[in-house]
Amino acid sequence: MATGTTSSTPSSTPPGTPPSTSPAGPARIAHGVGSPGRAAISAPHLRTDRWWLPPLVSALGLAAFIGYSTWRAFANTHYYAAPYVSPFYSPCLASNCTDMNGGADWHLFGNWWGLSPALLVLIFPLGFRLTCYYYRKTYYRAFWLSPPACAVAEPHASYTGETRLPLILQNIHRYFFYLAVVVAGILSYDTVLAFRDPHGNWGHAGLGTLVLLVNIILIWAYTLSCHSCRHIIGGKLRHFSAHPVRYRMWGWVGVLNGRHMLLAWSSLISVGVADLYVYLVSSGAFDDPRFF
Amino acid sequence: MSAYTARFRVWRGDAEGGGLKDYDVEVNDGEVVLDIIHRLQATQATDLAVRWNCKAGKCGSCSAEINGRPRLMCMTRMSVFTRDETITVTPLRAFPVVRDLVTDVSFNYAKAREIPAFVPPKGVAAGEYRMAQVDVERSQEFRKCIECFLCQDTCHVVRDHEENKGAFAGPRFLMRVAELDMHPLDAAAADGGPTRAESAQDDHGLGYCNITKCCTEVCPEHIHITDNALIPLKERAVDRKYDPLVWLGSKIRRRGQ
Repeated sequence: MATGTTSSTPSSTPPGTPPSTSPAGPARIAHGVGSPGRAAISAPHLRTDRWWLPPLVSALGLAAFIGYSTWRAFANTHYYAAPYVSPFYSPCLASNCTDMNGGADWHLFGNWWGLSPALLVLIFPLGFRLTCYYYRKTYYRAFWLSPPACAVAEPHASYTGETRLPLILQNIHRYFFYLAVVVAGILSYDTVLAFRDPHGNWGHAGLGTLVLLVNIILIWAYTLSCHSCRHIIGGKLRHFSAHPVRYRMWGWVGVLNGRHMLLAWSSLISVGVADLYVYLVSSGAFDDPRFF
Repeated sequence: MSAYTARFRVWRGDAEGGGLKDYDVEVNDGEVVLDIIHRLQATQATDLAVRWNCKAGKCGSCSAEINGRPRLMCMTRMSVFTRDETITVTPLRAFPVVRDLVTDVSFNYAKAREIPAFVPPKGVAAGEYRMAQVDVERSQEFRKCIECFLCQDTCHVVRDHEENKGAFAGPRFLMRVAELDMHPLDAAAADGGPTRAESAQDDHGLGYCNITKCCTEVCPEHIHITDNALIPLKERAVDRKYDPLVWLGSKIRRRGQ
């Protein structure tokens, strides 16, 4: 146990530790809010509002996206409809991809990779979102109920948080941020390619161009609003006065960071919609409306 | 608007036991929960124990749980409840109860003592500290803390796990570490010792925090505890303990000095 206290008080029994006598009622739990010495209340919580709604909505939203993206990642079909490429399949790192006419085709894995090429790419945005401070809050609450809501007792008998494996690995978030910047750059390139017609001529746009454009704006906004980005840009400094440019940039990232939750959800939805749009056009469900 | 009678359930008891007791109490326009508790104390429960002081949301004394949510009684207006709603008031449930609505919060004072105070730079006497405003304004947000300990009460790390109280300082005191780590003049690590961020991780249990933001939700001063203190502190701890590139960079810079 890492206490390292400098107080003369023994860290294992700080003042305020309850007396050993137990006032517990018949149905009272013996840990957490039911610990000896605390107010004898048998209910694990007394909240009367709909505290369960936010974690439920979060769980359903995340489950829907996980289900959809898993299906699409393994589908290995209908991810290119010239000039649009699904964000799930770019860049293509294996040689079993559809030819994407100028797209980000870098066959680093050659032809030995027989599974869907999306699996090689999605690991990066997945890792970025999985270790994201906002998503951590969301899935700790929604799936692990740790806690399900504020002042609502969690069901676990013990808790070590992010002090040991595997959750201590959440600390590599900044490395996924670096990779997410690379992925966002490639998706930006794909969006530029979308300003062509299906034959590759520049200066055209359709509804798909708009979908990809909105998606990449939201992806960038989410990526740059990341807490690790905020730290790297300027948060780590102790003397803003000595770094006025970084201080200004830190302020801008801070504005985005204040909307991190909104951007996390909106970019998650937009990337799913962008993929769905490409899927529908590619599968012939409808024709891409062209603007010019 | 007019006066009406509200139904209250107030926890009565001490460390040996107790329970929720029902009261019907008069409520007038503009009153807060603490007003009702005082009326209850003046009329029906003259031995009701309640800690309070400023009645203005600045002393942090009247912390309690109202309908299960950690709040200041003096800052919770009766108008946020419907007239037919039963309002339940209990003491803070993360700390040992003394009597009725009063809890023993000395856990927090022990944790406060564990954090070494500000260390001025060598050769700079008190009264000679000079700092730019942009360098201290981050820390000033944390100085708004009134030490109501609502964040400590709601944090599930200690609320739901008594055994973690030894290892975990809680959001209020990790915020204090962050305040000192961001302080432009703090020289706690000047002699090559651990930085504040390292000691937050090693000595004050920063790793227990899973940033679920309940501390921020309940803060009556609206301090962005998680986004501005705890997460930046985690990132600073990563710099020192988990990021090999930053670690290497700092070694090279130190060698070049």
